[in-house]
Amino acid sequence: MTETMNITVTINGEAISRDAPVRQNLVDFIRTEAGLTGSHVGCEHGVCGACTIEVDGQAVRGCLMLAVQADGAEVTTVEGFGDRAAGLREAFATRNALQCGYCTPGMLASALEYIEAGGTADRAAIREHISGNYCRCTGYQSIVEAIADVIEGGRA
Amino acid sequence: MSGLFEFDRPNSYIGKSVPRPDSRRLLEGRGQFVDDIQLPRMVHAAFLRSPFAHATINGFDLTEARKVPGVVAIYTGQDFVGVIEPYVGVLSHLAGLRSAPQMPLAIDRARWQGEPTAMVVAQSRAAAEDAVELIEADLEPLPAALDAEHALEKGETVIHKDFGNNLAWERTVDVGDVDAAFARDDVTIVEREIRFGRHTGVTLEPRAAVMDYDPSENQLTFHYSGQAPHMMQFILAKHLGLPEENVRVIAKDVGGAFGIKVHTYGDELATAVAAKLLQRPVKFAADRYESFVSDIHARDHVVKGRMAVDKDGRIAALAFDDITGIGPFSMYPRTSAIEANQVLNLTGAPYDLENYRANAKVVFQNKNMMCQYRAVGHPIAMAICDGLLEDAAAAIGMDPVEIRRRNLMKDDSYPRASASGMKLDDLSHQKALEKLVEIMDYDRLRAEQAKLREKGIHRGIGFVSMVEVTNPSPMFYGVGGAPIASQDGATLRLDAGGGLRIASSVTEQGQGTNGILMQIAADVFGIPTERVKVTTGDTDTTPYGGGTWASRGAGIGGEAMLQGALQLKTQVLDVAAVMLQTKPDALDIRNGAVVDADSGSERMMLSDLARTVYYRGNELPADLKPELIATRHYRVTDFPFVFTNGAMAAHVEVDTDTGLIKVLHFWAVEDCGRVINPMLVDEQVRGGVVQGIGGALYEECIYGEDGTMLNTTMADYLVPMAAETPEITVAHIETPTKSSVLGAKGAGEAGTGGAPAALMNAVNDAIRPLGASIWQMPMTPERMLRALGRV
Repeated sequence: MTETMNITVTINGEAISRDAPVRQNLVDFIRTEAGLTGSHVGCEHGVCGACTIEVDGQAVRGCLMLAVQADGAEVTTVEGFGDRAAGLREAFATRNALQCGYCTPGMLASALEYIEAGGTADRAAIREHISGNYCRCTGYQSIVEAIADVIEGGRA
Repeated sequence: MSGLFEFDRPNSYIGKSVPRPDSRRLLEGRGQFVDDIQLPRMVHAAFLRSPFAHATINGFDLTEARKVPGVVAIYTGQDFVGVIEPYVGVLSHLAGLRSAPQMPLAIDRARWQGEPTAMVVAQSRAAAEDAVELIEADLEPLPAALDAEHALEKGETVIHKDFGNNLAWERTVDVGDVDAAFARDDVTIVEREIRFGRHTGVTLEPRAAVMDYDPSENQLTFHYSGQAPHMMQFILAKHLGLPEENVRVIAKDVGGAFGIKVHTYGDELATAVAAKLLQRPVKFAADRYESFVSDIHARDHVVKGRMAVDKDGRIAALAFDDITGIGPFSMYPRTSAIEANQVLNLTGAPYDLENYRANAKVVFQNKNMMCQYRAVGHPIAMAICDGLLEDAAAAIGMDPVEIRRRNLMKDDSYPRASASGMKLDDLSHQKALEKLVEIMDYDRLRAEQAKLREKGIHRGIGFVSMVEVTNPSPMFYGVGGAPIASQDGATLRLDAGGGLRIASSVTEQGQGTNGILMQIAADVFGIPTERVKVTTGDTDTTPYGGGTWASRGAGIGGEAMLQGALQLKTQVLDVAAVMLQTKPDALDIRNGAVVDADSGSERMMLSDLARTVYYRGNELPADLKPELIATRHYRVTDFPFVFTNGAMAAHVEVDTDTGLIKVLHFWAVEDCGRVINPMLVDEQVRGGVVQGIGGALYEECIYGEDGTMLNTTMADYLVPMAAETPEITVAHIETPTKSSVLGAKGAGEAGTGGAPAALMNAVNDAIRPLGASIWQMPMTPERMLRALGRV
C-alpha cells in the first residue's frame, strides 16, 4: 500500500527527485513535494479542471495522472507559465475574470492551450474549450471575454 | 459630504471598475488556501462517516486500523465527551424552534449518511484514509424518516424521540382577509404545487481546516476557509473551554463560500479537539465525496400555492403552504429555520398585496443537514409569487410585463411595508422593470417568438421582479442570542512611508471585498489605491465584526471604512494645520499629499507629515497629540434589513423531443444602491444568475430509497459549465439607501434568488401553447418530457 518508486520530475525547469508513493497522483506530488501549491485539487477525478497542468507540452489533469507516470517528464504549472501567460494574466485582472481564484490556475492552463493552438475569438468556441473547467464564482462571461481579448489583441 | 461622489476629482475611485488587489497573486498561483498550509509536526485527519441514513452505533473495533503505519490517534464519539461541549442550533427569536444537542462525532446513533462517527489522525491523509477503511464499525440500521412530506405523518420514524414528532418549527403569516378574497366572484384563481429540489454549494475549494494548538500559551489558531472568523472564535472558545482571546481565526484565500462556509461542522470541530488533545497542528481537507454528504444542502421545499387575480390583473390574494426538510438537526449556530422564515417574509414582497396567508413547516429527516446557502429563501419566495403571477396572467390573457406594471409597488410609495410586515425603502421596481423591457428589446423578442413558433421552435420569455435581503441589522441573528456580530469595524493607519494600512472585519471569498475597501479608503482619504494595503480575515489584527454573508460586506463593511477614512482625514488635517500654521478646513488631502483646499497646490507630502510625527515629534508643539490611526464601526439601525430590488428575464428554447432546455440569454437589472465597482458587481450578479440556472435546470442531491445520496461526484452532480451558460446582460438602477452615507446595498445574491423563477416562467411560456407546464426544479430533461406528456 505504501510502496514507493524513485522518480525525477522536472517542474518549471527544476528537477525534483523523490521516493514517491506509487499511488500518489501528480498534483499531490507537485503540491507536497515541490511545494508548488498553485495547482488546486477540486474533484480528484478529472471533472473540475482545477488541477490542469502541462506535462511535456500537453494540458493534462494532475489528478488523473500518477506521479510515477511523470518520471522523466517536463511539467509546467501556473507558477511556471511566465511570459507565455502575461497577456492572459493582464486580461484576467482587467476583466475581473477571477473571483476566489481557486479555478484560475487550471483555467489559465486551458486558456493557454486554446490560444497557443491557434483558437479563434469565437465566444462559443472558447466556451466549449473551457467547459472542462468549473468556476462557481463568475458567470464565465468575464473569462470568455478575457480570453477573446488576448486573441483579438494578438498576445497570450 | 459634497463632492464625495463626484467622478472627476483626484482619487475618485468609488463607482469605477478598479481591478482588485488580490488578482495578481491568484493569477500567479501564489494564493494561500487552507490546504496549501504545511506546518511543522502537522498531522492529517480523515473521518469514518455513517453509510446509513439512520443507525444505532454499537461500537467500533479499531484493532486493525491502529496497525496502519503512521496512525497517531483514533477517536470515536465517546472520546470527546467532556472534552467538547455539545451544541444546539436554536435561536430565541425563532419561537418554538427545537433541535437536539450535537457532538462532532455521533454517539450511540448516526442520523444521516455522511455523519462523522470516527476520526483517524495520521502522518498523511493517505495513511489516515487507509486506517479509516480498516475500522470495523458495528452499526445497526434503523428505519429512517426521509421524505419531508411524510415526516409528520403518524407512524413515521421519529428522529428525536423526546420531541414526539419530527416538527422542528412552524410559522404562519395571515394578513387581510384571504378567504374572502378567494371567494370573490370576480377573480380568477390559479393553484399549483411547486417542488424545489435539494442542492448544495459545490465550492470549488472544499471545506478545509488547519487547527494549531500551542499548550504553552493555551492558544488555538484556526486556519479557516470561511466567512465569519469572529463567530468561529466564539464557538471554538466556548465549546473547547478556551478564553476567546486565546483563539485566533485566520481566513486568507477562501475558494468560494456562498453560505456553505459560515456554519459549524462536526468534522472541523473534531479537528480542533484533536489538535488540542495531541498538542500539535491537525489538518482536515474534505474530499469531494465528503463535501457532498456533509456540506450543508439547501432548498428542498414542497409548496402548495394559490393566487387570485381580478379582471384588471390586480392580485386579490396569495396563499401557500410550504414544507421543508432540514436533516436531523437544526444547524449550529444560525439554525435551519431561517430559510423557511425568509420564504414567508419575502413572498409577494415586490407587490402591492393586501391579503396574504402562508404557513411553513420545517421538519426533521434522516438526510444531510440543510442551512443557509446563497440567496436564502429567495428562489423559493420569488418562484412562488412570480410563478403564480405569470400563470394567472396567462389565465386572464394578460402580458406578464403588464400584470407586473399593475401590481408592483410604485417607486414613489416608500417608505412602506410588505404584506408580511417587512420595512421597505429606496426601492425601484417600476423603473427596474421598464429598464429591463428596454434592454432586452421585449417587443422584438415576442414577435420573433411567434414567428419561430410557426416553425415548431418553442421559445419562451420569463420574468421575475424581486427583492433581496441585504445589510442585515442585529434583528437577523444577534437578537436571538447568536454569537454573530451585525456591526463591523474598519481601522486605517497612516504609516511613515505615507501609505495606508487598512483592516476590516468583513471578509473576502472572491467577491472583491478587499478591492472595494481599498477603493473606499483611497477615495475618501485621498490617496492612490496603490498606496493602500488591506487586511481582512484575522481575528487578531482586524476590528471585531460579523464577516461576509447576507450581502453585507459592501454595505456595512464599506460604510465603516468610509467613516473611518473621514475620521483619519480629519485627524491628519488637524496635524497638518498646526505644522503649516493654517486652519484644517483650508487644507485637503489629494493623491497622497496635503494640499491647499482651494488651489489644490501641494503643501506637504503625507510621508513628510507622518515621518515628522513618528520620528521627529520634537518639532511639534508639546500640546499636539497626533493620532494617525482611526477606527470606526457601523451597524444598520433604521431597518431589520436593507432591501434591494431587481428585475430579470430569461429567454429559453425547449427541445420538445429531448426535453433539453437551452438558455439563450439572460438579463438582470439590479438596484444595489451605490455601485462601488461596476465590474465587480456585474460579475457577482452573473455568477449569482449562473448558480440560479444550476438550481433551476441541473443541480439536485438525489437520494435513494434507503437515504443514501446517489450522486456524490462532480460527474454525477451537474453544475453549469461555460458551454451551457448564456451571455448575461447586467444593468443598474442606483437608488442609494438613506441608511448610510455610502448608500450601498448588497448585490451578490440577487441572481441566485431571481433566476430560477425567471427560468421556470420562461420554460412555461415556451410550452404553454402545447398545453403543458412544469412546476418542479431542477427542470431536468426527464421531468420536461413528463410535463410534455412525451414519456
